[in-house]
Amino acid sequence: MTKLLKNLLKSPSFIIGMGLFLLTIGGALLLPFFYHVNLGLQASSYASPNGKFLLGCDHLGRDMVSMLIEGLRSSLYVGLLTGVIATTLGTALGIYGGFKGGWMDDFVNLVTNLFLVIPSFVVLILISSSLSKGRSLTLIGLIIGLTTWTWSARAVRAQAASLKSRDHIALARINGANTFRVLTLHILPYLASYVFMIFILQVASGILSEAAISMIGLGPLDTVSLGTILNDAKNQGGFGDGMWWAFMPATVIITVLVFALYIINTSMEGVFNPRLRK
Amino acid sequence: MPTFEVDHLSLHYLTRFGEKIQAVSDVSFTMEQGEILGIAGESGCGKSTLVNGLMGLFIPPLYPTSGDVRVGGESLMKRTPQDIRKNVLSQKVSMIPQGAFNALNPTRKIKDIAADVIASHTGGHTSKKDIEARLRERFDLFGMDTERVLNAFPIQLTAGERQRSVIGISTLLNPQMVIADEPTSALDVTTQKVVIRMIFDLLEKGIFNTMIFITHELPLLRHVANNIAIMYAGEFVEKGTNEQVVFDPRHPYTQALMGSMLSAEPGQKSRKPVSIEGAPPSLAKVPPGCRFAARCPVARADCKTQKQELRMVAGRLVRCNYAE
Amino acid sequence: MPNNSSAPAPVFYAKNVTKTFGHGKTLVKAVDDVSFSIADGEIVSIVGGSGCGKSVLAKVMLGLYKQNQGEFTYRGKAITDTRSHWNEVQSVFQDPFSCFNQFFSIRSQLKDALNILKVKPSKAEADARVDAGLMAVNITPKDIEGKYPFELSGGQMQRMLLARIFALRPKVLIADEPTSMVDACVRANILDYLMKLKVELGMTIVFVTHDIGLAYYVSDRLFIMHEGKIVESGTPDEVTQHPQSPHTVQLLEDIPEIHKEWLKR
Repeated sequence: MTKLLKNLLKSPSFIIGMGLFLLTIGGALLLPFFYHVNLGLQASSYASPNGKFLLGCDHLGRDMVSMLIEGLRSSLYVGLLTGVIATTLGTALGIYGGFKGGWMDDFVNLVTNLFLVIPSFVVLILISSSLSKGRSLTLIGLIIGLTTWTWSARAVRAQAASLKSRDHIALARINGANTFRVLTLHILPYLASYVFMIFILQVASGILSEAAISMIGLGPLDTVSLGTILNDAKNQGGFGDGMWWAFMPATVIITVLVFALYIINTSMEGVFNPRLRK
Repeated sequence: MPTFEVDHLSLHYLTRFGEKIQAVSDVSFTMEQGEILGIAGESGCGKSTLVNGLMGLFIPPLYPTSGDVRVGGESLMKRTPQDIRKNVLSQKVSMIPQGAFNALNPTRKIKDIAADVIASHTGGHTSKKDIEARLRERFDLFGMDTERVLNAFPIQLTAGERQRSVIGISTLLNPQMVIADEPTSALDVTTQKVVIRMIFDLLEKGIFNTMIFITHELPLLRHVANNIAIMYAGEFVEKGTNEQVVFDPRHPYTQALMGSMLSAEPGQKSRKPVSIEGAPPSLAKVPPGCRFAARCPVARADCKTQKQELRMVAGRLVRCNYAE
Repeated sequence: MPNNSSAPAPVFYAKNVTKTFGHGKTLVKAVDDVSFSIADGEIVSIVGGSGCGKSVLAKVMLGLYKQNQGEFTYRGKAITDTRSHWNEVQSVFQDPFSCFNQFFSIRSQLKDALNILKVKPSKAEADARVDAGLMAVNITPKDIEGKYPFELSGGQMQRMLLARIFALRPKVLIADEPTSMVDACVRANILDYLMKLKVELGMTIVFVTHDIGLAYYVSDRLFIMHEGKIVESGTPDEVTQHPQSPHTVQLLEDIPEIHKEWLKR
């Protein structure tokens, strides 16, 4: 395990990806201590960047830097929430289905196949639009997590099924280990790095999904997110008249964040998958 | 000119901690056209490392320490893995690996795998259609169920069919020289015979003519090789003809290996096979004297300190100062 | 029925046992209508090529698979409670590398095995039994202290599997190709340990192998399997000197022996 970690730290793309990711997390956590975040109406609509408002203001005259800090925090929150939900649920069901087979396996297969036909984004839109009141950030995170776990389950299931016939599982069974012990001690550790990679991808897709549904106006009503900033810019004419500050910084942050997560994932794949290592 | 020359080849691994592991020490031999050289030894003796060295394929942490390898007079040393893959492998030297299952990409059909391999070894000059046609011709030649095998995924084939496919693909470009690294160790005896028969057919039809065959099964080498080299802890300890090594071994290690073999021949049940106690020395710290001394039943006092050189004993090379 | 007289029931008794996988068009008969019985203290070898059903039959004996048809009993009773079955019937497997979980130390996994025993040993007792098991296969316990599976060679790992058996002391051992992944020169060693288990602990051993030469050395009886059926059985000498089935003849012919004609180039 330490060897894998050392190999990871030798990979430049992992360093870059992790560096960027830590930078954004650090920004989200620490900037509020150094910068006075104020989401109140402070200036005229779409005020240009100046000494006081470094990135100008939005259509309501709110400070864009404050909006971005708050939006970044929301996006990371949604990403991590969906990542945790989708990975935990997907791993648990995938590992059990892959090892045990039976109705649980059939169920996971049925649902994953269903989601292959119906894109989960459509389901997301339908659920979000039906909740016209009380659509909070946490609720959106929950919905995204609950509609995307099938992808993790499918991926984990395949891996667990390939481990199932290994001799160490048979040995664990004749040692008297029950199913729970077999799953947690003899299968899960072998999939740990894989599950972590899935988690990274789920976080990235959570961030993107939230931004996407917020942008089409189905975002959280209780807070600012990077997606709602873009939605405001779109709806309130921020895309025109050279008002780049209305949408450009938010776009850049989302891109950097997702890009960082994707290169973390690919660099990990290079280290964990010996077939690709050559 | 010999087909294949290996000149004082030594190879080592460098670990992350800067530790040097001398996996192969001072191996020399030449091979003439038509020769089959068997190399035998227990796992960890450096056989598989030697295979990479013989192909000039040095991928860190493996490095050449010294020596030279020449195919048809052309040196394989100091070349990049890309150069070796593109200009040497499959065309001049081919490798048949042990586990056909690991060598074949599970998500591709046999014909696609063949196209991939050949393309990467020729710089993409051969078209996919050409490759498939040639492969079809080859498989027909060896009485394989050609259409089914070509269109199958590796998992749909038996172990024997997989290994024969691998051999078919790796010899498609008629290399002069083939290095087979335990090609039958994962197979049962019946399948092993089928695979060996295919190798003999390939030799007879001149698809390749010189082969190094690596295994830990000495009885198998008795039937496959002309000459046999016994490897221990990175060195050749005995090299002679097939009969010399199998029927009249002179190095104590070769004798011990022969003594540990089991067979179902009449009268053999009363003979007690003797396994070799202990383990080979760590190659991170190579002993100064004989490397087998610690396990040798006839070791003398100075064996552990005195350097042993290969010398002629009864018409073959033996690395033991006291063998006679 | 095997248990109708005063004589003890055989260790394993099979009557018309069939084990299939899949259904309909993909139905595979892995074990096809086999009948036999194995007595206490015997070493019986099941010999056959890959896919002959020998490993499936071994897993039926181990209680990991249940037959689809026929009667299969262990000491006169069908195998229902696998935990108590594994208390008496244990196994070593083919691939010593994939047998251990690479995330735990070898010692902890050997100790973990003792959990299957009906009477759980105390901590000190468990340590003592693991040490004794290691010593029985000529390994000094402190040599593997803190070691993980990937730090040992294949031969050493195979000995760890045997050490586990010496520590557990089951009544029956199913050895499923324990020699096929280790060096030729270590095989004799493993056979020696099987003999030791029989002689010192009175164990009944079922030895599954594709190498009739190895089976010949250790067995009291040989079963030759082909395509799910037992095609021949008898003492090692009967079977190897006067084979009746063409499949036995084939198995004998296919082994490259030093003194015998084999394939010619």
